[in-house]
Amino acid sequence: MIIKVHPLPMTSILTNLFDGVAYGMLLFVLACGLAVTLGLMNFVNLAHGAFAMAGGYVCMVLVNRMGWPFFAALPLAFVSSAAIGIVLERTLYRHLYTRSHLDQVLFTIGLTFMSVAAVDYIQGSSRVFINLPAALQGQFDLFGVGIGRYRLMIIVICGLLTIALQMVLAKTRFGSRLRAAVDDPRAASGLGINVPQVFAFTFAFGCGLAGLGGALSAEILGLDPYFPLKFMIYFLIVVTVGGSSSITGPFLASLLLGIGDVAGKYYVPKMGPFVIYTMMIVILIWRPNGLFGRTAAR
Amino acid sequence: MFERKVLSRAAAAAAIAGLAAIVPAKAEDTVKVGLILPMTGGQASTGKQIENAIKLYMQQKGDTVAGKKIEIILKDDAAIPDKTKTAAQELIVNDKVNFIAGFGVTPAALAAAPLATQAKIPEVVMAAGTSIITERSPYIVRTSFTLAQSSTIIGDWAVKNGIKKVATLTSDYAPGNDALNFFKQNFTAGGGEVVEEVKTPLANPDFAPFLQRMKDAKPDAIFVFVPAGQGGNFMKQYAERGLDKAGIKVIGPGDVTDDDLLNNMGDAVLGTVTAHLYSAAHPSQMNKDFVAAYKKAFGNRPGFMAVSGYDGIHLIYEALKKTNGDTDGTKLVEAMKGQKWESPRGPISIDPETRDIVQNIYIRKVEKVDGELYNVEFATFEAVKDLGKTKK
Repeated sequence: MIIKVHPLPMTSILTNLFDGVAYGMLLFVLACGLAVTLGLMNFVNLAHGAFAMAGGYVCMVLVNRMGWPFFAALPLAFVSSAAIGIVLERTLYRHLYTRSHLDQVLFTIGLTFMSVAAVDYIQGSSRVFINLPAALQGQFDLFGVGIGRYRLMIIVICGLLTIALQMVLAKTRFGSRLRAAVDDPRAASGLGINVPQVFAFTFAFGCGLAGLGGALSAEILGLDPYFPLKFMIYFLIVVTVGGSSSITGPFLASLLLGIGDVAGKYYVPKMGPFVIYTMMIVILIWRPNGLFGRTAAR
Repeated sequence: MFERKVLSRAAAAAAIAGLAAIVPAKAEDTVKVGLILPMTGGQASTGKQIENAIKLYMQQKGDTVAGKKIEIILKDDAAIPDKTKTAAQELIVNDKVNFIAGFGVTPAALAAAPLATQAKIPEVVMAAGTSIITERSPYIVRTSFTLAQSSTIIGDWAVKNGIKKVATLTSDYAPGNDALNFFKQNFTAGGGEVVEEVKTPLANPDFAPFLQRMKDAKPDAIFVFVPAGQGGNFMKQYAERGLDKAGIKVIGPGDVTDDDLLNNMGDAVLGTVTAHLYSAAHPSQMNKDFVAAYKKAFGNRPGFMAVSGYDGIHLIYEALKKTNGDTDGTKLVEAMKGQKWESPRGPISIDPETRDIVQNIYIRKVEKVDGELYNVEFATFEAVKDLGKTKK
């Protein structure tokens, strides 16, 4: 066994930090829909990754097979996953809102397996890649720090999305309706808020975000029919660590886990894969409801 | 009334038993091959290639040999050893197969080994590549490869071709460790130095931090072994991080540039040097015909798994020819030992002592041929035996 200690150049630290932030942002976009359904709607949706996969594959087909530009395909990945989300919400999910969590888990895990088999059947089981424009490939140097173009794009897109989400939730009428519907659905519907509609829209939006995340992650995490199963654990970690009562919680948790994961793999490669789990355990011992979970207030 | 019912049931049962007694009499003329492959799950591309190649072979050569009709019974084990074992049991006990074959991953091949020994039927391994496999049963014969074959060769080649410092990145499971250890053994014996050693988890989402570590270690080359499917992600991130521009080459056993995925990896993969048993660009006429027929039938190019399946079924045919249709398992294994033939990959044979494959290992470089990416062979190490067997 060779254990070699590197001199730690400042630039490597910054490059790692940058990679970690990009990875964290990606996790956030993938998982924040789950935080919404789990935290706001109290619904355990283990099929969340399936919507991400759907978005990824839509983007792949549009770009690789039909020659769409990458940036035009991204919104469509969002729209198509959201559309699938709304159809399933209206036809299937709706009936399970009042059922026990075990029923929800069984239903959604079944849906996940069905999605895996369906994509495997239609697209084959091998990994697919999305052809990227040349402008997004490679790295450039910023004061000696290697910055990946693609990762930079992820940070920009995800950063803007997070700000927009926070604004919508905090400042708009829809945001206040949603918060009201979550806090007390009965009182909210008594005040004339169409609670099922608000939930359906929120669910679809969460699915759409997952779809966008799926399309963005193909390059970094790899896209194949087993995506929903492989990354389910990461989504759940983000939501448990972040707490599911707001979107700032999962956001900061994603960043923390992303940076921690990258740094762990770089500095202690032997321990690398366990860093993310160790962090989760430590945080949950310290704060069982997650970093920003609601404590016993309710 | 009641008794009559019982009687009629007994009669029906007797009739069924009688029928069952007739069927095996007819089955004398068929030889059954139980094919256990991962057709679903992460290894499904292996299963599909082998199945395709066997179909192709049987289309080309007909389904009768030595007066017997060959029947293939395919079972999917999703590369899960427990399922492999169940499938092998069902095939041996219920279907009374004369061969079990396939086996996408090492644990699957090992799970079936005791069953082959007990039932005394040949187990033809067409994919799994860890050295120990053939030592687990005297009935195991392999037509794929061992990781020791390509890893030792690339180690020798690297050291002779000006690569002195290597960082290794291998998946943390049995084949990955095999690849790493055999490479290190030959590379350091020749005077090379391993400056950095990273094992990545098998389900690895992002290579970024590992690659950054490689880059900062400034080696001449990275030795890579990742399971089929991850090669593409690795190569993309390798280029993204600019390791190619930093002059760090990629070397390894050929799994990372498997023909199955190679063409989708992008130009970053150009110049990667690997040692492997098969390239779809192998220049023999036989291979050109094989590739053309495979492409015509299935729409994509065959990889090394396909050629291993093609040779596996060929070996079964040849063994039956030699025993004149006798399906005694021990005789079949004897007949397989020492077989020698020309495969699409080049000349190969079965080592009579280890029942493992002896084949040429080619050093190849990824180049663009007619607008498509191929592993172009430029050096050959002839008749390489498996060097990973337990020293006796």
